[in-house]
Amino acid sequence: MPEQTFLDAIGAALAEEMNRDTSVYLFGEDVALGGPFGVTKGRGEKFGANRVVNTPISEATVMGLAIGAATAGLRPVVEIMFIDFITLAMDQLVNHAAKLHYMSGGQLKIPLTVRVQCGISGAMGAHHSQSLEAWLTHVPGLKVVMPSNPADARGLLKSAIRDDNPVVFIEHRGLYWSRGQVPEGEAMVPIGKASVAREGKDLTIVALANMLGAALAAADELSGSGISVEVIDPRSLSPLDIETIAASVKKTSRLVIVHEAVEQGGIAAEIIAQAQQAVFYYLDSPILRVAAPLAPVPASPALEKRFVPDKNRIIHAAHQALGKA
Amino acid sequence: MPVKKDTPKTLVELLRRMWLIRAFEEKVSELYAAREIVGLLHLGIGQEAVAVGTCSRLRNDDYVFGGHRSHGHAIAKGADINRLMAEIAGRASGYCRGKGGSMHIVAAEAGFITATGVVGGTIPLALGAAFAAKERKQRQVAVVFFGDGAGQAGHFHESLNIASLWRLPVIFVCENNGYAEFTPLSAHTKIERLAQHAKTYGILASTVDGNDLLAVCRAMSKAVEHCRKGQGPVFVECLTHRMRGHYEGDPAKYRELSQLAEWKKKDPIARVSRRLKSKKITSDKELEELENDARARAERAAEFSLSSPWPSNEEVATQVTAD
Repeated sequence: MPEQTFLDAIGAALAEEMNRDTSVYLFGEDVALGGPFGVTKGRGEKFGANRVVNTPISEATVMGLAIGAATAGLRPVVEIMFIDFITLAMDQLVNHAAKLHYMSGGQLKIPLTVRVQCGISGAMGAHHSQSLEAWLTHVPGLKVVMPSNPADARGLLKSAIRDDNPVVFIEHRGLYWSRGQVPEGEAMVPIGKASVAREGKDLTIVALANMLGAALAAADELSGSGISVEVIDPRSLSPLDIETIAASVKKTSRLVIVHEAVEQGGIAAEIIAQAQQAVFYYLDSPILRVAAPLAPVPASPALEKRFVPDKNRIIHAAHQALGKA
Repeated sequence: MPVKKDTPKTLVELLRRMWLIRAFEEKVSELYAAREIVGLLHLGIGQEAVAVGTCSRLRNDDYVFGGHRSHGHAIAKGADINRLMAEIAGRASGYCRGKGGSMHIVAAEAGFITATGVVGGTIPLALGAAFAAKERKQRQVAVVFFGDGAGQAGHFHESLNIASLWRLPVIFVCENNGYAEFTPLSAHTKIERLAQHAKTYGILASTVDGNDLLAVCRAMSKAVEHCRKGQGPVFVECLTHRMRGHYEGDPAKYRELSQLAEWKKKDPIARVSRRLKSKKITSDKELEELENDARARAERAAEFSLSSPWPSNEEVATQVTAD
């Protein structure tokens, strides 16, 4: 398997899907120029300006336009440059993309993929750093995926584009230049299936996107003190694969959930609610969360470092869950 | 629904469609007053010429999008009135199995893609259908109906800009009925004619008497031709008046009675009837038959709807996703 960056895996998956299906179109600010991170670099030249469409800075209308195009037979991929700006498009995403299939009694399908970059890296401050995935999971009719590595990014993006529903594909900026082995060809990753990133028996850690790396590093260190940690990447947040998480907790009896989004109302709260119903009598300690404080993302690098959960906080939570803190 | 060729008889057919919408909505209003239909209902009684005139210029495969006051638009595009009324009544035999309702009508088979409860919310959607149509090169057009209240929304302005920039085959049909909900347009904007906005964005735009069926037909024929030739979007502002309140049950005290009386003289159905009569195309008897026929069809739609079953309990959370 060749090695690729997260960015290149996404770019390649987009190009493959555009080659495979002429109804796949890209819309977004500067996409024909590659976008700020070069994900779509060279696509404008390859597929032409009619299929890789630069849009004005009009998120609400571009989202609505893509929905309308989907009702008329296209399979649009919209890029929202920063998840902070998905706020401008939420009306269209929530009121039309997510609901039209239901509200039409199945007459309409909205095969729309929204690629959106999120998260903290590089001290960009409160309007270019948020993690808003939990908002999106609250909307019936939307699927939400959030990969942690290049192979899953490739496989999930392909699944998203081929899905007949609106799928929000969330890319954490901090992962863009990370590298990993990426399979070629039709290696799809199904939406709604978690993956066990590391097997263990004493404690389960569920970690999203960039937090998976921190969780794996914590697991490494904990293994040095004889603690065996199982690490799970949900990959898909809606639908959520609670079975894989529950099966793990039945084995370990302890659960810690890690995400970069603020703790209150985050996806961990939903995982906890579902997990306690499934595994309450298997639990040996309360389920814990490691997440950001209820505060906007600060701009100062000193504060930003304090804001983001890290390996040490995960290790501390692991000890707490094991009754050793 | 398209008409093949404009002849004196065409006008009779268009009057028949206007009567169908009027009779349909008056029946819905009656059922609402009797609590046979519940919910939030916005009727377009008095605005029928805009819907019928516009859709008579369209092909079956053209796309139409509406707003919260769109029963008439769906009927004019060719939606089946039985399934439409059943949808408004929340029955399983409705177009959307009762899951959409009055403000979220979808009649895909007729090319009525969707209405919306969000003011101006389908304007961007129409751009998308126009984009797809342009790519397919079948000379289809997309039409979106919205009211004057939408003209102050951000997505309205963004959409005019993009439609113009990309020369999309989309026709913006603004039904300017003078009131955004309960407030006159003059209290929401200094702009008197919303067509001015379109001109600012470089879009071919005009303002017509929306209660004059022939004026709407003429403007829309030009608009459709412009779009089909690939010459870009068109904006047609139709000055009209809703004879009912914003929603059924709205006492509409913000409106002068004299104003309503004035508009009643301009009732689009009465105007076409007078014209047909004065030109001796149609007799009084034939005109009466048109009305009676429409009322009978509306009556049958009501019977169909109220005798249809409610959706089953299991349907509450089916079709959330297309899997």
